Amino acid sequence: MKKIRCALIGSGNIGTDLIYKIQRSPVLEPVWMVGIDPESEGLARARSMGLKTTAEGVDGLLPHVLEDNIQIAFDATSAYVHAENSRKLNELGVLMIDLTPAAIGPLCVPPVNLREHADKVEMNVNMISCAGQATIPIVNAVSRIQSVGYAEIVASLASKSVGPGTRANLDEFTYTTSNAIEKVGGARKGKALAIINPAEPPMIMRNTISCLTDDEPDHVKITESILQMIKEVQKYVPGYRLVNGPIYDGNKVQVFMEVAGLGDYLPKYAGNLDIMTAAATRTAEMFAEEILAGRIQLKAVEAA
Amino acid sequence: MMSSTNNLKGRKVVLHDMCLRDGMHAKREQISIDQMVKVATALDAAGVPYIQVTHGGGLGGNSLQHGFALASNEEYISAVAPKMKQAKVSVLLIPGLGTMRELQSAYDCGARSVHVATHCTEADTSPQHIAFARKLGMDTTGFLMMAHLNDPAGIAKQGKLMENYGAHTVYVTDSAGYMLPEDVKARVQALRDVLKPETEIGFHGHHNLGMGIANSIAAIEAGASRIDGSVAGLGAGAGNTPLEVFAAVCERMGIDTGVDLFKLMDAAEDIIVPMMDHIVRVDRESLTLGFAGVYSTFLLHSKRAAERFGVPARDILVELGRKKMIGGQEDMIMDTAMTMAKERGLLKEVTA
Repeated sequence: MKKIRCALIGSGNIGTDLIYKIQRSPVLEPVWMVGIDPESEGLARARSMGLKTTAEGVDGLLPHVLEDNIQIAFDATSAYVHAENSRKLNELGVLMIDLTPAAIGPLCVPPVNLREHADKVEMNVNMISCAGQATIPIVNAVSRIQSVGYAEIVASLASKSVGPGTRANLDEFTYTTSNAIEKVGGARKGKALAIINPAEPPMIMRNTISCLTDDEPDHVKITESILQMIKEVQKYVPGYRLVNGPIYDGNKVQVFMEVAGLGDYLPKYAGNLDIMTAAATRTAEMFAEEILAGRIQLKAVEAA
Repeated sequence: MMSSTNNLKGRKVVLHDMCLRDGMHAKREQISIDQMVKVATALDAAGVPYIQVTHGGGLGGNSLQHGFALASNEEYISAVAPKMKQAKVSVLLIPGLGTMRELQSAYDCGARSVHVATHCTEADTSPQHIAFARKLGMDTTGFLMMAHLNDPAGIAKQGKLMENYGAHTVYVTDSAGYMLPEDVKARVQALRDVLKPETEIGFHGHHNLGMGIANSIAAIEAGASRIDGSVAGLGAGAGNTPLEVFAAVCERMGIDTGVDLFKLMDAAEDIIVPMMDHIVRVDRESLTLGFAGVYSTFLLHSKRAAERFGVPARDILVELGRKKMIGGQEDMIMDTAMTMAKERGLLKEVTA
């Protein structure tokens, strides 16, 4: 079967883990990996896995986009360079899946709004943050039953799974995730808290989601909605697991989740990285299925 | 008065009161603006040079996770700061909870000093915030929490990072009240060995093993020049180093704190103690914190979870210590209590 050919920008943990996930996809094929350091371990690994590589950033990829028929690119670099990367590739008709906190395109949480983005043929979709991917489905599962005035999420991450980019820019993580809890989760106000825990052996990613409903929560309907949503996420993140709850206290609904990764490139405890790469892959697959079926066509974005 | 001779005579130490920040934990964040002003005014009059004023979790602390205070941080700081004749108002900022936007707004309300706090191994989550505090011209501290969970060499490395980001002072923070004087000395000494001479070292203690004062003195012996405490010990767990007691010990030892001891004693007895919801002391649970090395703020949360799920607070705290939960993971208290309750047949699994 024909596959949609992809480029991965950023040769760090996320980019490398993406190779494994995309290689398993029935509709995606990883073709290029883009880095900036010729000595990088990520580029060497990509080459050994059969990908073409360049260490000259996105500019090193551009001359090959058309001849290699690259239609989807994943950006796992940083918020600061993403806008440029996206502009250059969009001009060539390449769809951009943004794994940085740049969020210049619409925010995407697959079980909540991916279909909508695919139907509109958005040329840049943003994957928010690991905590966003892990918690927003639950916030949405509550808000689709009853209005939520406030939602708060606490993400605990294993120290070893948090890279230098996130560490140096924790505020961006907070802002991006809080905003997405509102925009995609459906809460009127959202707040995100992040904890980095260095315990050995490393702790598996944990997320606690709390929602305050405007009216008294319908326990049966909300619990059912949450359990259903968990099943949806499990389709692409098998290690997404309910540990405790939903538990109710007045208008407060709380859910305690754990996210174990698949252990592709990153260890299983790094569910935070895995849920990002899995959600990004799921997103690309939905677009790819539509393209292959002839239902949508990607179009070059004119330079502004 | 009996005098004692020791090598600390004449040393200058800067006191930093925590009862309007750490004490918020012990008051379940329910200190009113009026009470804040009253306490801060008394401490200012007693000559305390730094007074920390925020939600117990610091900037961004208002949350379901950490409780909602009676007023916003901006309201508290704005009410207190203009009343201070000599004291500087400080705030706590834990990256991941508080942000630079909130620091800017605290500064605009009159805060002039900040503890930028990270877990003792995660200093590299603080460069933005420390640099921003410096840009604002604030007295800037890097605050290494749960310091017993990193060895002296590790603390030195983390402290050096914070110094490089721009911190004027680096603190060894015994959030669990677990450390003994030799633990404190080793960490302060390790910092002193690597930090620039002009970089100050501080110690923030909790009294869970009754060691707050002894640990603070040990810190000074090893080179610390800033000490956190709280009047009457109003703070999380068994409280912070009781500041008036510490001031008295310093006076006996000839350590110069510049505070008026009797005024501090009066503030403790006449203002703080009557404010307490429970007498802050080493009780069974707070002793468990110190003994098991658990974050002091977990105390009241664990008691509430114990009541709700029927699992003793001490059992929950010991389990949290075993799982190496750190500051900020208050949600894991309820989670752990629920898991333990299920194991004990006290709670059923939710099923579709």
